Amino acid sequence: MMKEMKRPERGKSLFRFAAPQLFYPLAGALAPWFAGAAAVLTIIGLWLAFFVAPTDAQQGEVYRVIFIHVPAAWMSMFVYLIMAFWSAVGLVMNTRLSFMMARALAPTGAMFCVVALVTGALWGKPTWGAYWVWDARLTSQLLLLFLYFGFMALTEAIEDPRRADKAGAIIALVGAVNVPIIYFSVKWWNTLHQGASVSLTKAPSMAATMLAGMLVMALASWAYTIAVTLWRVRPLILERERHAEWVAAELDALEGRI
Amino acid sequence: MSRTLGPFAAVLRRDLLLAWRGRADVLVTLAFFVVVVCLFPFGVGAETNQLRSIAPGVLWVAALLATLLSLHRLFAQDHADGTLEQLLLSPEPTVLWVVAKIVAHWIATGMPLVLVAPALALLFDVEQGALGVLVLSLALGTPILALLGAVGAALTLGLRGGGMLLALLVLPLFVPVLIFGAGAVDSHLSGTGADAHILLLGGGLLGALALAPVACAAALRIAVE
Amino acid sequence: MQWESWSAFWQMGGAAPFVWGSYGITALLVAGELIMVMHRRKDALRRLLRLRRARAGGGSGRRAFEEIVE
Repeated sequence: MMKEMKRPERGKSLFRFAAPQLFYPLAGALAPWFAGAAAVLTIIGLWLAFFVAPTDAQQGEVYRVIFIHVPAAWMSMFVYLIMAFWSAVGLVMNTRLSFMMARALAPTGAMFCVVALVTGALWGKPTWGAYWVWDARLTSQLLLLFLYFGFMALTEAIEDPRRADKAGAIIALVGAVNVPIIYFSVKWWNTLHQGASVSLTKAPSMAATMLAGMLVMALASWAYTIAVTLWRVRPLILERERHAEWVAAELDALEGRI
Repeated sequence: MSRTLGPFAAVLRRDLLLAWRGRADVLVTLAFFVVVVCLFPFGVGAETNQLRSIAPGVLWVAALLATLLSLHRLFAQDHADGTLEQLLLSPEPTVLWVVAKIVAHWIATGMPLVLVAPALALLFDVEQGALGVLVLSLALGTPILALLGAVGAALTLGLRGGGMLLALLVLPLFVPVLIFGAGAVDSHLSGTGADAHILLLGGGLLGALALAPVACAAALRIAVE
Repeated sequence: MQWESWSAFWQMGGAAPFVWGSYGITALLVAGELIMVMHRRKDALRRLLRLRRARAGGGSGRRAFEEIVE
C-alpha cells in the first residue's frame, strides 16, 4: 500500500534527480546552456564595463578592475556557502551526489578566490601604492582561500571515498561557521591597527551603469560556476558509480570516441 | 558520582595519568614554546621598544604553534591501540568523553604554556600590569585552540602526511583567536582596556565548547568507521 | 562611447598594466580551469574504459592488473 502511494510521487518530484543515473544526463544537457549563458553575459558585461560605464571621478580608469574583482569575491563566498549547503544535505540525507557536488564546486571557488586576490592586489598598487595591504577584505579573502585549500587537500588525502566525502563535509561546515567569525575578527583587527582604508566596493558615486556592469558580470560568473561544476561532477559520478549497469551502458557509447 | 559524569571523569583521569606517564612529550611541547619565543629577538633585533611591542603577538603565535604540534597526540595513540574504537562502540555519549579527552589534553599541554608565558613576557620587558591580561587571554584562548584543533585531529586521523594537513585545516580557523588573544594584551598596553577582547574570547570558548565536540565526535566516527 | 581612440582605450588612462593585467590573469585562470576540467574528464573516462576492457578480458592476471589500476 505504502509503496503504491509513494511511487507516482517519486516519479514527479524533482528529488528524483538526486539519483546519479538521472542527474548524469541532466548535467550533461544543462552544462552547455549555462556555459553559453556565461559567454553571452560576459560579452555584455565587458561591453558595459569598458564602453558604457563612465570614468570614475576619483580613481580614474583603474576602477574598471572591480567588474571582475567584486563578482569574483562574491562568487568565492557564495561557492563556499553552497559547498557547505551540499555538505549538510549530504550528511543529513546521506545522498552521495551532494558530496560529489561539494567536491566539484571547491576548485572553482578557490579559482575565484585567486582572481579576487590578484585583481585586488593589481587594483591596490595604483590606488594604495602597495600590492598588498592587510585590508580586512583582502585578508579574509586570503583566509577563505586557505579554507578551500584545506577542504581540497583533505578530500584528496583520504583514499576511501566515503570517508573523504564525510570528512570534507565536516570541514566545509566547520569552515562555514567560521567564515563570518573570521571576517568580523579581521575587520575589527583592521580598524584597530590602521585607519579606514579606501574600500573597493564602496565607491561613493557608483553610477548606475557601473552597477549594471558589475551585476551582469556577477550573473556571468554564476552561469560559469554552474557549467564548470556540472562538467566536473559528471566524471566524478561515473567513477563512483562504475559498478552500476547504467555506467556500463554509458561507457559502451563512449568506447572508441576517447 | 552521577551517571553522566562517571565516564567523563574516568576518561579524564585515564588521559591525565597517561599524560603524566609520558610527561617527556609534554615537556617537549613546553620547550618548543620557550625556544620559539626566544628565537624572535635574534630575528628582529634586541631593541627593547620593538621587543615590547611585538611581545603579545610573539607569545600568542608561539602558543598557537605549540598547541598545533601537540594536537596529533590527542587521538593517535588511542586510534593505534584500538581504544578509540572501543570508546565509540561503548554506550556512553561520544561527546562526553571527547570533551574529557580535550580537557585532559589542554591540562597537559595548554596549561603549562599559560603558566610559563608570564616568565617569557618578562624577557620581552612587558609591563608587569599586562601579565595578568596575558595569562587570562591565554587561559581563555588556548582551550579554544584545543577544541578547534581536536576537530582537525579527528578528521586527519591515520592519514599519511596528517601533520601538515592538520596545520592547513586548523590554522585559518585559529586566526580569530589569535586576533582577540594578542589584541587583548595590546589594547591593555595601549590603555583602551582589554574587556571587550576578553569577553569575546570567553564567548568564543563557550561557542567552541558547544559546537566543536559535536563535530569532533562525528569526525571520529567517520575516521574509525 | 567612453574613448576618443583605440589607443586611448588600450592605455586605460595610464593604468593599462593593472587593468589589462587583471583581465588577462583572470582569462588565463578561467582558461586553465576549463582545460583542467576537460583533462580530468578524459583521464577519468580513459581509466574507466581501460578497467572495463580488463574486466571483459577476465582471468587472474587481468584481475591483478585491475586491482593495480583501481
